[in-house]
Amino acid sequence: MSTGTTKLDVVVSDVVPVNDLVTRFHFRRRDGELLPTFSGGAHVVVEMRDGERTRLNPYSLMGSPLDTREYTISVRRDDVGRGGSLFMHRNVRPGLEMVVSYPVNLFSLDRRARKHLMLAGGIGITPFMAQTAQLAAEGGNFELHYTCRTASLGTYADVLRERYDRRVRLYHDDLDERIELDRLLSTQPLGTHLYVCGPAGMINWVRDRAASLGWPAETVHFEHFAAPQPGLPFDVTLAVSGKTIRVDEQQSLLEAIEAAGVDPPYLCRGGVCGQCETNVVSYDGKFIHNDHWLSEEDHRSGCKIMPCVSRFEGRSLVLER
Amino acid sequence: MGITFRKETFRDDFTFKNSPEHIRRFPFPFHEDAYMYAVNIEPHVVGPKGSVLENLIDVDEHYVAEMQDRALVLAEDPLRCQSLPHMTLAGWDLLELLMEQQALGYPEHFTLTRDGDRWRWINRPLGIDDTFTFGDTSTLPYGPMEYITRQSQGDFCILDQRDGNLWMDAGMVTTQADWSLDFDIGMNFFEWHAPVPLAHEKGIFVRALKFLTNIQQGKPARRLNWTMTINPRLDTSPENYHKWGPDRATVTPENVGDKVHLRVELQSFWRLPRSNGIVFPIRCYLIKMDELVTQPKWARRLHRVIRDLPDELANYKGLTRYRPALVEWLSKLDDGSATSPGFGPD
Repeated sequence: MSTGTTKLDVVVSDVVPVNDLVTRFHFRRRDGELLPTFSGGAHVVVEMRDGERTRLNPYSLMGSPLDTREYTISVRRDDVGRGGSLFMHRNVRPGLEMVVSYPVNLFSLDRRARKHLMLAGGIGITPFMAQTAQLAAEGGNFELHYTCRTASLGTYADVLRERYDRRVRLYHDDLDERIELDRLLSTQPLGTHLYVCGPAGMINWVRDRAASLGWPAETVHFEHFAAPQPGLPFDVTLAVSGKTIRVDEQQSLLEAIEAAGVDPPYLCRGGVCGQCETNVVSYDGKFIHNDHWLSEEDHRSGCKIMPCVSRFEGRSLVLER
Repeated sequence: MGITFRKETFRDDFTFKNSPEHIRRFPFPFHEDAYMYAVNIEPHVVGPKGSVLENLIDVDEHYVAEMQDRALVLAEDPLRCQSLPHMTLAGWDLLELLMEQQALGYPEHFTLTRDGDRWRWINRPLGIDDTFTFGDTSTLPYGPMEYITRQSQGDFCILDQRDGNLWMDAGMVTTQADWSLDFDIGMNFFEWHAPVPLAHEKGIFVRALKFLTNIQQGKPARRLNWTMTINPRLDTSPENYHKWGPDRATVTPENVGDKVHLRVELQSFWRLPRSNGIVFPIRCYLIKMDELVTQPKWARRLHRVIRDLPDELANYKGLTRYRPALVEWLSKLDDGSATSPGFGPD
């Protein structure tokens, strides 16, 4: 099987509710050995055995990369999502044996930066937990601006303030506190790199303002975990394997392909890494592209789709799988 | 029992030789009777016992002599080893990888003991026993990359990954086939491959980059590359072209067997865990024609490959001048019979 990364057999060593929406999960290796070292910004893909179904969701590693006795992830409960976060919250208990992938980093620090300016929104804080731990240990220069809805939903805001004091600045939506983005971006020393992780609207806003204010694209880094969106069911023909499959409302196209026993390569399952890019043989209908990998031209062409996050509505779709 | 390390030279009197066991384990790079570029990358997994793939980082009978030759090159030209300031963490990643792999594969020669950040490294063939603090450069006599690559066979390029590209931002390069780290340092993947003929048009580098930027931790990959070298000289660098370039005019029908060497590079690619960089070890194996043709299958196949090689490739590999003499010499060992599939000798 060519898919994904090497797998790690782990056991859930702790489950810690953090606030009303977020729960933290700790994993250790079943054989008692250390886990592989990782770099700040890396994620793992967690395999969930949910009855008949296997869910594969990516989560950022949020522990210190210097401590590989355990991996920790934080999962925000999404009551209207496709069920992965609900499964984690409801079914995962200490002692449960699970499988996670080796770490993969698609949101790496640029080590040439003289300063790392980090902007987080909501649960987008998790990769920065690891990155700040890594930078703090080596005396790196960073500054974190973190927007959350309310103080009680400010996941790890207290921890971060305690660890890094004035290097962390908090903004609460309910108090109408806003990042003064233009001022922030206009007053950074030369050699600063910008990192943003949060909701799509925030990422777009930050990238757009940075571009307008003259930040070179290679100094602006963003992590955009587009969770697959539910949608209308649709049928797909897989031309290479000669199968016709149905994609359910709550299922991604990639999951439906995998459920049929076909294994396209994948890494991020969030429309970013490009691994599962699939050629379209023919179609009659409309694509709902949700990825950040294909160009606009690719999207318009109707020749390619990223099955991890994108969907289709219409009469027929034939893929080269 | 361990490896018996040879006393030999890669310069001046050129006493380098392969033992009969090392001839049989030579990584002959042609699986068929012709050669053309391909993205010939495969997973770097452990191979058969007695092959160069028995361990993922191979140590062989030439280890001590190669490390001595490296020290001589560095003494003359310190710029063969460079690491841009943001690459130190990747250097520590490489130090960990090479110490772990060498200790794992050759416990009689290398021992690594760790107590938290406090590490002890014993390298018996080179008489080294150092205790240091992992991550603290002041506790080693050199930077981490230089320290460990003075004790590891092969060249090492450490590539930083950013902006969807790979950047040659650190390396130890003393056994290279006519390229220069000092020239390429800071270049991206397309820039440092710019001189390679034919492959750009075939889109090979675009595909190779896509593959390499997706190399995952715990899943290294490898490929073989090859060229030829006159005399068993490891350091065929542009900086020293004046020393080795003229050697190519010394090949005669009488001395082909002794002077002409097949030079094979076992290149591997590893994701580094802390820095998210990629290390690209380029391990060079040399074998003279007299040694190679002790395996009749290799003699027949090499004759056909060299005879039919496209001129652009022969030129790029620097073979043009002595190719006729080599083909003529090899032709006498090719009776035209079929060769078995695969790389190995019969």
